[in-house]
Amino acid sequence: MDAANYLYLSALLFTIGAVGVVVRRNAIVVFMCVELMLNAANLSFVTFSRINGDLNGQVIAFFTMVVAACEVVVGLAIIVTIYRSRRSASVDDASLLMR
Amino acid sequence: MNELALQVGQTAAPEATLFWILAPLTLIAALGMLLVKKAVHSAILMAFVMVALAIFYIAQGAPFLGIVQIVVYTGAVMMLFLFILMLVGVDSSDSLTETIRGLRPIAITAAVGFGGLMVSLLSRATLGRTAVGVEGVNADGNVQGIAQLLFSTFVWPFEVVSALLITAALGAMVLAHHQRVQERPTQRQLSIARFRGDSLANTAGLPAPGVFARHNAVDVPALLPDGTPAAASVNASLKARGDVLETSRFELGTIDTSVEEEK
Repeated sequence: MDAANYLYLSALLFTIGAVGVVVRRNAIVVFMCVELMLNAANLSFVTFSRINGDLNGQVIAFFTMVVAACEVVVGLAIIVTIYRSRRSASVDDASLLMR
Repeated sequence: MNELALQVGQTAAPEATLFWILAPLTLIAALGMLLVKKAVHSAILMAFVMVALAIFYIAQGAPFLGIVQIVVYTGAVMMLFLFILMLVGVDSSDSLTETIRGLRPIAITAAVGFGGLMVSLLSRATLGRTAVGVEGVNADGNVQGIAQLLFSTFVWPFEVVSALLITAALGAMVLAHHQRVQERPTQRQLSIARFRGDSLANTAGLPAPGVFARHNAVDVPALLPDGTPAAASVNASLKARGDVLETSRFELGTIDTSVEEEK
C-alpha cells in the first residue's frame, strides 16, 4: 500500500479540525478540534518517518505530544477560569475587549 | 506456523485492509465531532479518533508512539477534557446557530479549498512512492532507536521540554487558584441575616420542591396557594440545566374531587 494514503488522511483530518475551530462555539469543542489538528500533523510526521526510513520524525511527533499535553493543561485551566467569571463556556461570550 | 504468521504480517495486504477499514471510520468520527450537538459526544468521538491514530502509528512501525498516544491522549488528555466538561456543565451554551452571518458557508468553502489543495499537492508530489520503511532503523528496537536520538541529537530540546512541562503545571495551578475577595460568611452571620432581613418569608428555610403539586420530585417546583410555581423551591443548577418540569400538569385542579357514595 502506498504510504501517501496516510498523508491524505492526515490532510483531511487537519482540514476537519480547522473547520471545527472556526465553526463551533463551545470552547471545549474548539479545543478538541485544535487537538485533532495537532494529531493530524503527528500522523504526517510518523508517515514521513516511515517514508524516509528515519526515526527523526517519530521523535518530533513525540515532542509534539508533550507540547500538546502542556497546551491542554493550560488551555483547560483558562476555560475553567473564564467559566468561573462568566458562567459560560462559549467563545463568543468572552468579548469584553471588543466593546 | 510462526514463520508463516511472520510472512503474512510482513506483506502489505493486512495493512491496506486495516487502513481502508479504519481510515473511513476515523474520518466519519472526526466529521461527527463537528456535527454532534453535545460536547460529551464530541469527546467520545475524539477518543475514537485518538485510538485509531494510535493503531495507525503501530501499523507504521512506531509502536512506542502508538502506546504513548493511547496513554497520554485517550488516557490523560481525554480524561481531562471530560472532567472539565463535567465541571463546566455538560450542555453549557452548546447551540449550533451561527452568530457571525455567513461564517459557515465561508468556512466550508475555505475548508474544501484547503483540503483539495493539500490532496492534489500530495497526489502530485513524488514523495512516498517508494517508502523506505522503518524496519532498518527499528532493527535494534523502536524504543531503543528513539531513546538514542532523544539523548543525543535532541537532548537540548528534551531538557527545554522538561522546563515547559514545569511551567505549564505552575501556570495551570496559578490559573486555577481561586482567591476569595470577601470572607466566607459563617453560619451565625447567615442566620442573623435571615432574621434581620427585609422579609421573614425564608426564615424557616426555602420551600421544598413539589409541595401542593401532586409530585414531590426535586425537579418539580412547589405551587404557591395562588397556583403559580415557587421559583425558590428548585435547585438553581437544575434550573440552569433546564431540567425543571412544567408544573401545570400537577396542579390540584385537575383531580376529580367528586366523592362517590359508598353503599
